[in-house]
Amino acid sequence: MGAAPMILEVKNLSIEFPTRRGKLLAVDGISFSIAPGEVLGVVGESGAGKSVTGAAVIGLLDPPGRISGGEIRLEGQRIDDLSHDEMRRVRGRRIGAIFQDPLTSLNPLYTVGEQLVETIRTHLGVEAGEARDRALALLREVGIPAPEARIDHYPHQFSGGMRQRVVIALALCAEPRLIIADEPTTALDVSIQAQIIQLLKKLAREHGTAVMLITHDMGVIAETADRVAVMYAGRVAEIGPVRDVVRAASHPYTVGLMGSIPKIRIASAKMHAPLVQIEGAMPRLNAIPPGCAFHPRCNKSFDRCKTERPEPRAVGPNLAACWLYE
Amino acid sequence: MLLRLDDVGRAFDVSRPWLNRVIEGSPRQLLHAVDGVSFEVRKGETFALVGESGCGKSTIARLIVGLYAPSRGRIEFDGVQISDPEARAATARLRRRMQMIFQDPYASLNPRWRVRDIVAEPIRVLGLASDPAEIARRVAELLRQVGLAPEDGEKYPHEFSGGQRQRISIARALSGSPDFLVCDEPTSALDVSVQAQILNLMTELQARLGLTYLFISHNLAVVSHVADRIGVMYLGRLVEIADAEELFARPRHPYTRMLLDAVPDLEMSGRQRTPVAGEVPNPLSPPPGCAFHPRCPHANARCKSERPDLIWRGETASACHAVEENRI
Repeated sequence: MGAAPMILEVKNLSIEFPTRRGKLLAVDGISFSIAPGEVLGVVGESGAGKSVTGAAVIGLLDPPGRISGGEIRLEGQRIDDLSHDEMRRVRGRRIGAIFQDPLTSLNPLYTVGEQLVETIRTHLGVEAGEARDRALALLREVGIPAPEARIDHYPHQFSGGMRQRVVIALALCAEPRLIIADEPTTALDVSIQAQIIQLLKKLAREHGTAVMLITHDMGVIAETADRVAVMYAGRVAEIGPVRDVVRAASHPYTVGLMGSIPKIRIASAKMHAPLVQIEGAMPRLNAIPPGCAFHPRCNKSFDRCKTERPEPRAVGPNLAACWLYE
Repeated sequence: MLLRLDDVGRAFDVSRPWLNRVIEGSPRQLLHAVDGVSFEVRKGETFALVGESGCGKSTIARLIVGLYAPSRGRIEFDGVQISDPEARAATARLRRRMQMIFQDPYASLNPRWRVRDIVAEPIRVLGLASDPAEIARRVAELLRQVGLAPEDGEKYPHEFSGGQRQRISIARALSGSPDFLVCDEPTSALDVSVQAQILNLMTELQARLGLTYLFISHNLAVVSHVADRIGVMYLGRLVEIADAEELFARPRHPYTRMLLDAVPDLEMSGRQRTPVAGEVPNPLSPPPGCAFHPRCPHANARCKSERPDLIWRGETASACHAVEENRI
């Protein structure tokens, strides 16, 4: 495993939530990997299991949720069975996190400088002066104007977009190998969103950091990701290079998902053409259909889909879990 | 012309408490959420308002349906002024013809009511029917119209998904037999595949019932699918009004161009785009002159001092000195 070039490897990961009425399987045997400097987009609708997957990788699953199978490796080292204390040292140092709401990721009672310096000193063990210099350099790198003045401001003195930049700086403090970004632009306006996407992309490239970008927004994925994993009902429906998934999807769910996204059209005749609809809704966790989880909504399903679960198989450059490509 | 707004403005008093004002000498502070907006909505069309958060689009929706009273200006519905609070009783009959669909289907349905009561409420309140059998028949028909089953009327809102709840909201809005619907971000709380279902339903209902929509959204791609004409707002003012086709093919105002450039390129065509810069300024102290000038690549001295008016040229209007002077 030592020679493995991948930063993150997830194999057959399953996550369950025991409840009084039985175990709910939120994630059901998914596998993927991320290379250095690569952005892997994880896309899916609410309840697909994408955020739970991110939480499992960073060791922050909310109890009673737990990993019930499979393994997670960071640079070849298994991290899913680490103790609480060991995981705490991995978190922040080797895995950084960016969440949706920048206000809840920052402590309102400390200046952003204090928060950056504390994080840098904890993980890198450097002197206060050196940590402050590094904090200033980070703020400059994420595009905060006049960082010398802004470093002593409190989070509430920043706008939403600037706050998310500070959160990105915090995640980068210890030069992590992997960043988990869970809906990093969802709380932001479109014009700010575009700026944050560009920043994330640039940082991943320059630092060789692997990024797991979790979002429901296919547009964000198309702009940022190198590869994309489409999740449905706790499973990976399709995974492949972003161009191939976006423009030539194989799995009927991905095809439906892409068709249902409104796109700006200039031609007038098409202006009011109806959007592609996927009938129904994603199943609840306690009622996941047997066989392929998507079969009740799929317009191409046949008998085998109802009983046998498809495993991901190569379809061109993509992997798709669909019996159509048997 | 079904709806006409003429120089409508709404300011909110966001001053500090009286004691602070006395002790600290801080002045009264007004937030001009909507600042002199004029536009018309034609019968049977979908007019969309787009803009980023805080641009005043939801305030306009609330002004039109009467949830806020305007601080200045006139709102006319079918030729009658409805914005005068003194004349509320006289305009009540007109107001029945408009209904609103809200953004969050989890907050806008009463969790303690059965769906049939939620949908029947406008019928009862407006006195459209009093016979229980007649009301039940009408509710069943409405539920079927939005793609639910009549039996769903017996259930409570928590038994439905977000998309189904939004269908219930639409059934409730339609139950008063309105001809004008104000839709405030009706799909932004929904997943994309469900959003597609709701947008298609709204288009279909419009064709079947001859409805007029005022559609408010921050998402230009959604708007391009439903709108006939579009108004773009920035910091409480309209900066551009145009036919949907025209707006996307030839955006005039620099802010509209910036918004279009910020839309992710889903087709991955690799089209050339100018990177977006800056952020929306604080609405409490908007920049002088054109509010967009600090972010505008075409701004000059005039833009910094003189506020541009919305000027019509044929079917399109824009509030920009550079466009007026043919500089861009």
